[in-house]
Amino acid sequence: MKTLEELHKISEEKRKELDLRVNTKADTREKHILVCQGTGCTSSKSPEILENFRKILKEKNIENVRVIKTGCFGLCAKGPIVIIRPEDTFYANVTPEDCEEIIDTHIVKGEFVERLLCKDIDGKVVNSLDELNFYKKQKRIALKNCGVINPEDIDEYLAFDGYKALEKVITTMKPEEVIDVVSKSGLRGRGGAGFPTGKKWELTKANEADQKYVVCNADEGDPGAFMDRSILEGDPHAVLEAMEIAGYTIGANKGFIYVRAEYPIAVKRLKIAIKQAREYGILGKNIFGTGFDFDIEIRLGAGAFVCGEETALLESIEGKRGQPRVKPPYPATSGLWGKPTLINNVETYANIAQIILKGSDWYSSIGTEKSKGTKVFALGGNVNNIGLVEVPMGTTLREIVYDIGGGIPNGRDFKAAQTGGPSGGCIPRQHLDTPIDYESLKEIGSMMGSGGLIVMDDTKCMVSLAKFYLEFTVSESCGKCTPCRIGTKRMLEILEKLCNGEGEESDIYRLETLAKNIQKASICGLGQSAPNPVISTLNYFREEFKEHAIDKACRTQECKALAKIGIDEEKCKGCGLCQKHCPVDAIKGEGREKRRIDPNLCIKCGTCIATCPFHAIS
Amino acid sequence: MEKENKNCKCEKRDLFLEKLFQEYLPVKDNLIQMLNEVQEHYGYVPMHVQKELSEFLNVPMAEIYGVVTFYSRFSLEPQGKYKISVCLGTACFVKGSQKIMDRLTDRLKIKEGETTKDGLFTIEQTRCVGACGLAPVFTVNGEVYGRASVQKLDQVLDELIEKEKQAK
Amino acid sequence: MEEKMITLTIDGETVRAKEGTTILEAAKQAGIDIPTLCFLKDINEMGDCRMCIVEVEGRRGFATSCIQTVEEGMVVHTHTPNVLEARRTVLDLIISNHAKDCLTCTRSGNCELQTLATKFNVLHVEYPGEMTKHKIDDKSPALVRDFNKCILCRRCVATCKNVQGIGAIDCINRGFESCISTVGDHSLNDVNCTFCGQCIEACPTGALHEKETIKEAWAKLKDPDTFVIAQTAPSIRVALGEEFGMDIGTNVEGKMVTALKRMGFNKVFDTNTGADFTIMEEATEFVERFKENSELPMFTSCCPGWVRYIEENYPELLPHLSSCKSPHQMFGAILKSYYAEKEGIDPSKIYVISIMPCVAKKFEAIRPEMQNDGFYDVDNVITTRELSRMIKQANIEFTKLEDGEFDNPMGEATGAAAIFGTTGGVMEAALRTAGDILTGESLEKIEFEAVRGGKGIKKATVNIAGKEIKVVAASGLKNAREILEEVKSGKADYQFVEIMACPGGCIMGGGQPIKSAKTRSEIDVRKLRANALYTIDEKSTIRKSHENPILQKIYKDYLGKPGGELAHKLLHTHYEEREKYNFET
Repeated sequence: MKTLEELHKISEEKRKELDLRVNTKADTREKHILVCQGTGCTSSKSPEILENFRKILKEKNIENVRVIKTGCFGLCAKGPIVIIRPEDTFYANVTPEDCEEIIDTHIVKGEFVERLLCKDIDGKVVNSLDELNFYKKQKRIALKNCGVINPEDIDEYLAFDGYKALEKVITTMKPEEVIDVVSKSGLRGRGGAGFPTGKKWELTKANEADQKYVVCNADEGDPGAFMDRSILEGDPHAVLEAMEIAGYTIGANKGFIYVRAEYPIAVKRLKIAIKQAREYGILGKNIFGTGFDFDIEIRLGAGAFVCGEETALLESIEGKRGQPRVKPPYPATSGLWGKPTLINNVETYANIAQIILKGSDWYSSIGTEKSKGTKVFALGGNVNNIGLVEVPMGTTLREIVYDIGGGIPNGRDFKAAQTGGPSGGCIPRQHLDTPIDYESLKEIGSMMGSGGLIVMDDTKCMVSLAKFYLEFTVSESCGKCTPCRIGTKRMLEILEKLCNGEGEESDIYRLETLAKNIQKASICGLGQSAPNPVISTLNYFREEFKEHAIDKACRTQECKALAKIGIDEEKCKGCGLCQKHCPVDAIKGEGREKRRIDPNLCIKCGTCIATCPFHAIS
Repeated sequence: MEKENKNCKCEKRDLFLEKLFQEYLPVKDNLIQMLNEVQEHYGYVPMHVQKELSEFLNVPMAEIYGVVTFYSRFSLEPQGKYKISVCLGTACFVKGSQKIMDRLTDRLKIKEGETTKDGLFTIEQTRCVGACGLAPVFTVNGEVYGRASVQKLDQVLDELIEKEKQAK
Repeated sequence: MEEKMITLTIDGETVRAKEGTTILEAAKQAGIDIPTLCFLKDINEMGDCRMCIVEVEGRRGFATSCIQTVEEGMVVHTHTPNVLEARRTVLDLIISNHAKDCLTCTRSGNCELQTLATKFNVLHVEYPGEMTKHKIDDKSPALVRDFNKCILCRRCVATCKNVQGIGAIDCINRGFESCISTVGDHSLNDVNCTFCGQCIEACPTGALHEKETIKEAWAKLKDPDTFVIAQTAPSIRVALGEEFGMDIGTNVEGKMVTALKRMGFNKVFDTNTGADFTIMEEATEFVERFKENSELPMFTSCCPGWVRYIEENYPELLPHLSSCKSPHQMFGAILKSYYAEKEGIDPSKIYVISIMPCVAKKFEAIRPEMQNDGFYDVDNVITTRELSRMIKQANIEFTKLEDGEFDNPMGEATGAAAIFGTTGGVMEAALRTAGDILTGESLEKIEFEAVRGGKGIKKATVNIAGKEIKVVAASGLKNAREILEEVKSGKADYQFVEIMACPGGCIMGGGQPIKSAKTRSEIDVRKLRANALYTIDEKSTIRKSHENPILQKIYKDYLGKPGGELAHKLLHTHYEEREKYNFET
């Protein structure tokens, strides 16, 4: 247990010690080698890199250099990432074997390891993080500490104003004042629906009960999204602090973090953070001696996307199948075990402490009229800079894809981007300049969602894409209500027919009828939004659907059954290799003759395409 | 296979369950937490454990079975020695992970979620392992293979099969 | 505190409803019907099927009228084109995954899905596609599960789990693969199912039904060498008429007897006579235990679902269970011994068909204990529903039948026996006899109001011969559990407990005519059927079992004393611990 004075002291001293993390001109002889230990970099051996650095430093007896594990820096495509502070040198795609060279050259000689320096999309070598286009348009609030502090050390969190907001709230503010600040900041739920956070807190506070709960939704299930995971891995205390603030505000003393079991690193760091916070007396009984009690438990999910839906999540915490409840009543009235419950997602919580400390005016000055602050996106797909980005609301898709994301690889064209994952919709080329905020995205038929942003180039078939998302929804539907359980399956079957060339024009009409009614009649957000990918692709790429249905053609050739494989006569040298490999003897021709494919026999397996040494088959 | 396991691990099993039942209060809320531990320990959720959980928590077996079959993390059958998971998250899908999955099911001649008869391989699909920067990815027993391709998968499979042959 | 009233508009009508009323209920009060499917009042209120959706102005998406409550100023539209289209789509989707073999379905004509399909005039399958496939489970002697007909309304699950506290079935798997099943998809026969059959009563389609055995019945009726005897349980006569469009609670005893005779039964007897035997034996047993203060409280044992339940769940309390067989088993035993002897019929030629409101009786009849000298007491058990089918097959115009009378000499029964069919009835009947035994006189007070009525647990104290006897009548297995837990923990201060597995007793048994969810929400079926039984009792000249002259004669001529040696051999049985989950893990 630490007193407030002791905590202040730790914070002050640690802040000085860590100045080099945020100040390139820090007055220090120390150097910190920051090694990303997010899931992405960990997958490519960053823990070994960390160990190697430590080992080599010890062997070489080098002092004043510390090796720090951090959360995600964001630019996952360049991982594993190593950053050296205070000079802020960015080394990309580092391997464990590179450690020695980095120490010898950078640390000892004071020179750059040129070959490992990060190159921007334009090929320009950058020396420091800030020079990268990837970071220029970003504004990091929720990710403030990610990549800066060691998430497994509470002192480092304390160094950067950690738990100051909690202190401020429980020692100087009334719950109503907290709600006022959060409301005025304009913060809206980052889980997808964008419900005003202050309002949610107010509603939960207003419901009298002997017991209330605060829940953190960390069941990030959108395939291809990893915002929440990165925050938990990089800055777990920020979530704990915000949950405590929420608890104080609504009158709860118990919190649950529902996190995917598939996030072992996040879980481990949360556990460490909870343990450390308890040891410091920041979590538990009589926090800061104010008489306020609050404790947090972790609950692991077990692999069900639907548990990201708040009422399904509650069911799951209660030990049941994660089947959503009909709303209303909302959790604010009747949540966990029927008690008023506040549920926010990780990213929402990650904004709270800073809103408290810097004020609602500061926060609401960022963003657009109705969508304030920043949003974290997991940028992926056919884009050069795959990674985690945090941008002010209102940034356009073009800026994200081209300026931050560095455009489309292989010289291909942008076709569409999907936001909101399987619940969202696609945004076509003509809407590249749409400012990204809750309202604008909704208007063009997509949604903010939790922050997955997948870019697709012109080789992607939109019918296939719709089918992909429906496959996801079908396998993740809980099965409780009819429209989602059977309806999504029927939609998928129709899409499969279209992709297999067995569709007809009326299928498009039936898809639309199903989509409309599933949207309206399903119980929960999953079902209500399941048809979105189909509706939006139909909206923007109807021609492609028609081609599949009527012409039995797929312009991208992605739909195997519709692909027409042909041999380019000019390129064919008559070597016969394709013929030899064809499993169904569909290729005709003798000797040095140019080969032909019998379309009636061809099963479109693609073997010939792969075997042709002259790239004559496509 | 199942029976063999039972005999050789019998004592260990009981110890594990004993500890589990000490660690948790017999309230239904704990079901999923306990199942997570069971899955971790055995690699699946054996029927006899479901029966013991049913008694411990005073929850009908059908309900426990309903929970086990609802969450994809829990399996009813023992898993293969090598669990190969192909990420079919959007980022990986867009980069062609379906082809890797197709190749895998083709080569091992089993479907997703199944285990080969020799008990060596289990195929699973996962949704985003968080290594989108390396897309497409697959994992073998949690080890991530990034920037994967059909060739890379073949190579990994060949190595594993060879290794098992040697071991024999 | 006065209940707050809410004013809202439904389809343009101003409606006032109590706070907390559902939209569905409020609409009903205003005479507006909203279709439902998964809704089963007080039992399954989940809003899963989406048939009851309505539009509420200002609300995104539809409201779920079966569970969402009225709000002040709410404006509801129950049948806008949007609502109708959505309902139609939902119905089309359900149909797309439902076995459409209506012609060969036991519920044809009494199927809630069929009714809706008719209403919407569904003429083709709009969304054909893959259908979930399930193997039919007909291993148990009582129930058949054909989940190819299941529409996942979960009414059965709610009934089994929440009403009965059993949980033999639950929802398993996820998404399209979701289905209602047992653990490991084992047969109901091998899991903790008690065969109460309440799931059948809850099922809107033909996914759950009794194991039909009327083919065997017809075969025996056809065989000239077999002496086929029918015995009908107390509850049949007050429910059978419903299957022929008659009012709920109509007593059709006379027509039923006539129909059975027309169908060719050699004799038609009344299980009520058996019930009188049960009372004689049970009351005697109770008086003995009461005097010796041993193994109290004593539980009644006439309900086979309840017996299976205690055998599976509380074997340590089995000594508390009366050793009496149930009425139809006792009666069967008498028929194949005393009656056969008296009439000079070879018992091997006698085929006893019990017509029961119950599917668990099908299991009871084949318990190995239920035989004497190698003959099963009862050879076939058919339910009220099966009897109605036989009558229909025989093309008998039931409603037009003249009243007939049970055959003698085994057809006479008391009012005490009649009320066996309702919760509290066995207790009341037993108290009438026990009172007389204990006091040695004929008590005038024979109505025990405290054990009447539909409450799940009824506790009462009766004063007999200066002694206080505390009694309990419980129905529904969840309530049974509550009592068993009290006994187990030593908190029970009562001496005699009647338990029936089905909520309300046999009149609401799993073999009775199935009432739609709509009927169940509008009419108190239990009350009407129970009242009919109490009326029979009231009108009876003899209302105490021990005063039944047939009984007196048989005890005198054949059995000896109640509880005596022969009575024990024929009329009593024993129980054993039963594995709840009878499969290898």
